[in-house]
Amino acid sequence: MTNISIEDVRSLARLSALHLDDDEAATLTHDIERIITYFGQLSELDTDGVEPTYYGMDLMNVSRDDEVVQDVNPERLTSLSEGGVVANQVKVPKVL
Amino acid sequence: MTSIQAVQSQIAESSAEAVVASALQKAHADTHNTFLNIMEHSALERARQVDRGDIIGPLAGVPFAVKDNFLTHEVPTTAASNFLEDFVSPLQATAVKKLEAQGAICIGKVNLDAFAHGGSTENSAFGVTKNAVDETRVAGGSSGGSAVAVALDIVPFALGTDTGGSIRQPASFNGVVGLKPTYGAVSRYGVVAMASGTDTIGVLSSTVGDAELLMTFLSGQDARDMTTLPDFFSLDEQNNGKKLGVIKEFMGEGVDEQVRARIEAAVEQYKTLGYDVEEVSLPLLKYAIAIYYTVIPAEISSNLARYDGVRYGTQKGKDGSLTDVYELSRHAGFVQENKRRIIIGNYVLSSGFFDAYYQKAQKARTLLINEFTTLFAEYDALLGPVSPSPAFTIGESVDDPLEVYLRDVMTVPASLAGLPALSVPVGATDSGLPVGLQIIGARKSDAKILAIAREIEGKNE
Repeated sequence: MTNISIEDVRSLARLSALHLDDDEAATLTHDIERIITYFGQLSELDTDGVEPTYYGMDLMNVSRDDEVVQDVNPERLTSLSEGGVVANQVKVPKVL
Repeated sequence: MTSIQAVQSQIAESSAEAVVASALQKAHADTHNTFLNIMEHSALERARQVDRGDIIGPLAGVPFAVKDNFLTHEVPTTAASNFLEDFVSPLQATAVKKLEAQGAICIGKVNLDAFAHGGSTENSAFGVTKNAVDETRVAGGSSGGSAVAVALDIVPFALGTDTGGSIRQPASFNGVVGLKPTYGAVSRYGVVAMASGTDTIGVLSSTVGDAELLMTFLSGQDARDMTTLPDFFSLDEQNNGKKLGVIKEFMGEGVDEQVRARIEAAVEQYKTLGYDVEEVSLPLLKYAIAIYYTVIPAEISSNLARYDGVRYGTQKGKDGSLTDVYELSRHAGFVQENKRRIIIGNYVLSSGFFDAYYQKAQKARTLLINEFTTLFAEYDALLGPVSPSPAFTIGESVDDPLEVYLRDVMTVPASLAGLPALSVPVGATDSGLPVGLQIIGARKSDAKILAIAREIEGKNE
């Protein structure tokens, strides 16, 4: 059994920029402890010398010609921000 | 259900406008909570353009629906999340554009689990979608709305996404065809990312032939998605192969007896058709859920970091600090399953646990891929159920997330290995619940598994 405390979950939530209600933190602690314990079975597997598969496929560069294209109609950018668009710039809420 | 060809006949007999208006009417009248937004105005306008001859193409006037994690103009793209309830995208998904370029008409956006996290649509912020056959049961998911829209004959086909089974499982639960292509076959540009290492775009349709036709339009490289592969999908000289393997571990303990019976009947049919069918083993299947639910939340925690209440969607905590904006916006915008996956992801990626969980799982994933590679050296495709059970009852296991994860055991292996896999209907249980046969192929053998599926399509009903 992997022990995960409510403090662990609150700490992870802070690092994840997530506010949690008290009952939510309790539920998630219970669930996550069970789930992480279940993951523990992977330790049975001998993976010495095995390369991890971080990507599903052999990736290659896909690129287009270096030409300026107007991908997005600027008028549609207004949907990205509650503050609207000023001089073709998306206005974001005050952050400082 | 109506095939694309049958819809084209209807258009020829009446008009695209009449066919699209009928689909819109059915979408409005639907009682399964299938549609989140209906594109009344643009759909009818495009239909009139088809009737005038201003839009032409092999799919001219054919209506379709898209899962609400594909970006579209006109109506919001919510990903079934409160975060994006009012988010209208400035761009459109490549897959949607490609279908529209063939003349098809998108009539609306359909329900899913919020951010595609789940297998029942019960995690949608906008209510569960009910199964097309039995309204007390789930549609499956996360592409539940896509499957139900096709099964209820509102549209002949719909787009979905499949990260760990999200096209195949709802297709199986509602009795439609669902194809998850090879990883990289179809561009994901303009689709809300879940786990970039296994996310795929695919189709849910009423016939295998329609899935084949749609793949000819959808597949291919996209400069906007660096994971897309050069187009390999071809129906020319389609090869069925002759040797199939039934995955032993998919047919054992924990599999519903009637599901197993339907799959066994399909296996017998392949034998009758002259296929050489043998039992094969995938011993690492027992670790598939542990691998998948370690790797995928790690990717989710990264992909969902962009939802900060500043750049996208609903903002909370405006009167507080920047941290308040982030934490409170994310608190309000995400459903509990989103939060659970983000926290698990950040746990397995954190210093001290990275080697034991994330890296260990990625090494185990290599071993699982090796098992598949060995099998595909000998077999043309692998068979088994899509899910251990038919559609389950709404609310049955929402309080036990681990149990919910374990239901995905038959769909996540193909996802982890980037393989094409599909669900084709092979009849129903005694109580009428549809059962799908899963056919898994080697990478880039999408056309082959479709050809194999076509052999028994409609013969088990």
